[in-house]
Amino acid sequence: MKKKSLLKQAAAYPHIVWSILFIIAPLIFVAYYAFTDKNGSFTMDNIAQMAEPSYLEVFLRSLCFAFLATIICLIIAYPVAYFISKTNPKTQKILILLVTLPQWLNFLIRTYSWMALLEDTGIINSLLMKIGIDPVHMINTPFAVILGMVYNFLPYMIIPLHSVMSKIDPKLLEAASDLGCNPFKVMTRVVMPLSKSGIISGITMVFVPSISTFYISQKLGGGNFDLIGDTIERQFQTAYNYNLGAAMSFVLMILIIVSMAIMNKYSDEDGGVVV
Amino acid sequence: MNEKKILEPEGVESQNGDRVDEKKIIQLKNVAKSFDGEIVLDHINLDVHEKEFMTLLGPSGCGKSTTLRIIAGFETPDTGDVIFGDVRINNVPSHKRHVNTVFQKYALFPHLNVYENIAFALRLNKVKEDEIYRRVEEMLAMVNLKGFEKRDVNLLSGGQQQRVAIARALINKPKVLLLDEPLGALDLKLRKDMQNELKNMQRKTGITFIYVTHDQEEALSMSDTVVVMADGKIQQIGTPTDIYNEPENAFVADFIGESNIIDGVMLDDYKVKFSGQEFVCLDKGFDKNEAVDVVVRPEDVDVVDIEKGMLTGEVTSVTFKGVHYEIIVNINNFKWMIQSTDYVAPNQKIGIYIEPDAIHIMKKSEYSNMFGDYSSFSDELERLSDTTEEEE
Repeated sequence: MKKKSLLKQAAAYPHIVWSILFIIAPLIFVAYYAFTDKNGSFTMDNIAQMAEPSYLEVFLRSLCFAFLATIICLIIAYPVAYFISKTNPKTQKILILLVTLPQWLNFLIRTYSWMALLEDTGIINSLLMKIGIDPVHMINTPFAVILGMVYNFLPYMIIPLHSVMSKIDPKLLEAASDLGCNPFKVMTRVVMPLSKSGIISGITMVFVPSISTFYISQKLGGGNFDLIGDTIERQFQTAYNYNLGAAMSFVLMILIIVSMAIMNKYSDEDGGVVV
Repeated sequence: MNEKKILEPEGVESQNGDRVDEKKIIQLKNVAKSFDGEIVLDHINLDVHEKEFMTLLGPSGCGKSTTLRIIAGFETPDTGDVIFGDVRINNVPSHKRHVNTVFQKYALFPHLNVYENIAFALRLNKVKEDEIYRRVEEMLAMVNLKGFEKRDVNLLSGGQQQRVAIARALINKPKVLLLDEPLGALDLKLRKDMQNELKNMQRKTGITFIYVTHDQEEALSMSDTVVVMADGKIQQIGTPTDIYNEPENAFVADFIGESNIIDGVMLDDYKVKFSGQEFVCLDKGFDKNEAVDVVVRPEDVDVVDIEKGMLTGEVTSVTFKGVHYEIIVNINNFKWMIQSTDYVAPNQKIGIYIEPDAIHIMKKSEYSNMFGDYSSFSDELERLSDTTEEEE
C-alpha cells in the first residue's frame, strides 16, 4: 500500500517541478519587480502610477476592445459551432480542421495580411473601386483592431463550444420540439443551458488573450490605440523599465481574475446565458 | 376461421367490436420512407382510433420506430399522407402537433430538476405559476413520484426516470401519446409493473397510446390492437388474440409465440394434407390443391400412444420448463416443438394428436419455408437473438 502511494506521489513530481519552474517562479518575479524600484527596494510607486489618466485610458480601452471582441466572437462562433456539431462526425473533423487552419500560419503573417487587405489602397478598397463604390477607410481604426482580435481568437471560441455541443444528445432537441419548442426556443431552453460550460470556457479563452494582446493594435491600429499588451511590451523592449512593466502585468492579471470571477458568478446565478 | 380481412383498415373495426364507434384520430395513407436509398417503410396504411392502445411490433429494422417518428413529426414521409383528425399534417412541425413522445432512453433534460422537466411544456405556454404547480403535482401523484420535485433527474433510477418522462409527456394532455420502447432499459420485474401501470394510465386518461416494442409478450398483454411489422411492411393488424390464433403468414406465426409451420396442401374446404396425412381443419376458401402453410402451436399438440397417433415420430430432445416440458420430435424429418405436461423420454417413439381447431392454414407468402422448423433450435440461440434486438 505504502509503496504504491509513494509511486503515485513520485508520478506527480514532474508536474510539481514544471509548475514551480514555469508558473510559480515567473509570478514571483513579476510580483518582485512590480513592488521594487530599480535599486531593488520595496515601493508602491509602480502600482500607483497605474492610476495616472494615461494608463487608466489604456486599461479602459483594452477592457472595451477585449469585451467587444469576445462578444463578437461569441455571436459568430455560436451558430458556426452549432452548425458543425449537427453534421456527421467525419465532416465535423474536417470543418474543425478548417477552423484551426489559419492558426498554422504565423501570427505576424496573418496580421500583415490583414493590413494588406484593409489599407486605403489595399485589396478590399481596390475591389470596391473597381465596382464603383467609394473606398472605405478601415486601417488604423478601432474596427480594424477588433477585427484583428476576432479573426485571431475566433477558433478559441468555436472549439470549446463545438466540443460541448457535439455531446448534447440529439434526442433532447427532439424532446424539446415534441413538447412545443419552436427552433428558437429549442436553442434558448435546451441548447444554450446545456452549452453553458462551453460558453464560459470560450469567453475565457478569447477574453484573456484579447485583453493582453499586443502587436495587433500596433499594426492594424497604426499605433493610435495603445493597449496594455503594447504598453507592457514597450516597457520591456524599449524603455527597459522592468519594474513598471511588471506592475502593469500585475494589475492586468488582477483585472483578468476579477473579470473571470464576475463572469462565473453571473453565469452561475443566471442559469448560464451570459449574453 | 380464416376469413379474408387483413391489411384493409376497415378490418380492424370489424374485428374490434368496442372500437367501431371510435373516430379515427391518425391515418397513415400509403406512407413510404427511405434512408440513403434503403427502403424503411414500404407504402404502409394504418388507422389509429381514439382511445386505442395500439402496439407496433416487429424486429429491429422493421420500420416501427420510423412510423412513430413520422407521426411525431421528426421525419417527413417521402410519399403518402399523415392525417390527424381530418387535417393532413405532413408539413406541420413536431412542436405544433398534438402528440407527445416518451423516448426510448427518456431524454430528460439534464439541466432541469424533476419538477421543471415535467413543467417544461406548461412553461412554454406561459401557464400561470399556481396552475403549473397544481398540474405538476397531479402528474407526480399519477406516476407515484410525490416528494421528488427537487431531485436531480440524472440521479434517478431507470424506473423513476421513466415515470418522469411519462409525466412530462402527459402534462400537456396530448391527444396521442407515442411510446418508443419505453420499458426497454428496465429489468423484468419493473417492466411487468410498468406495463400494468401504463395500461391503467391509458384507460384512466382515455388518451390514444401508440406503443413501439419488439417484445411480443408486452404487445399481447397491453394492446387493444397489435400491428405486426417486418421489412417496412405491415404484416398483420388485429387484436392480440387474432394475431396469436390467426396469424396471417409465416412471419407473424413465427414472431408471435412458438409455432410449427409445415408445408401443406389444401385438398378441399376443411381438409388439409401435410406430413403425408389428411387432417380435418376449420379453414375454407382456398383453391383446390393450393399449397399452404400450416401452423400448429406447440401447446395444441397432444402426445398419445404410438398406435393412436395421427402422426408418429421420435423424440430428439426434452427440456423441463417449469410449467411444461418442451419436446422436440422428428416427424418425417421435420422437427416439431411440442409443449406437454407429461414427460416423455428422449429417443422414445410417440404419436401426436391434433384437434381440428388447433390447425391454422395460411396462404403462402415470401416468408414461407423461412421459419417454423425446430431442427436447429436451441435455447441459447433463442436468448442470443433476443438480446441482439436493440433500438433501430
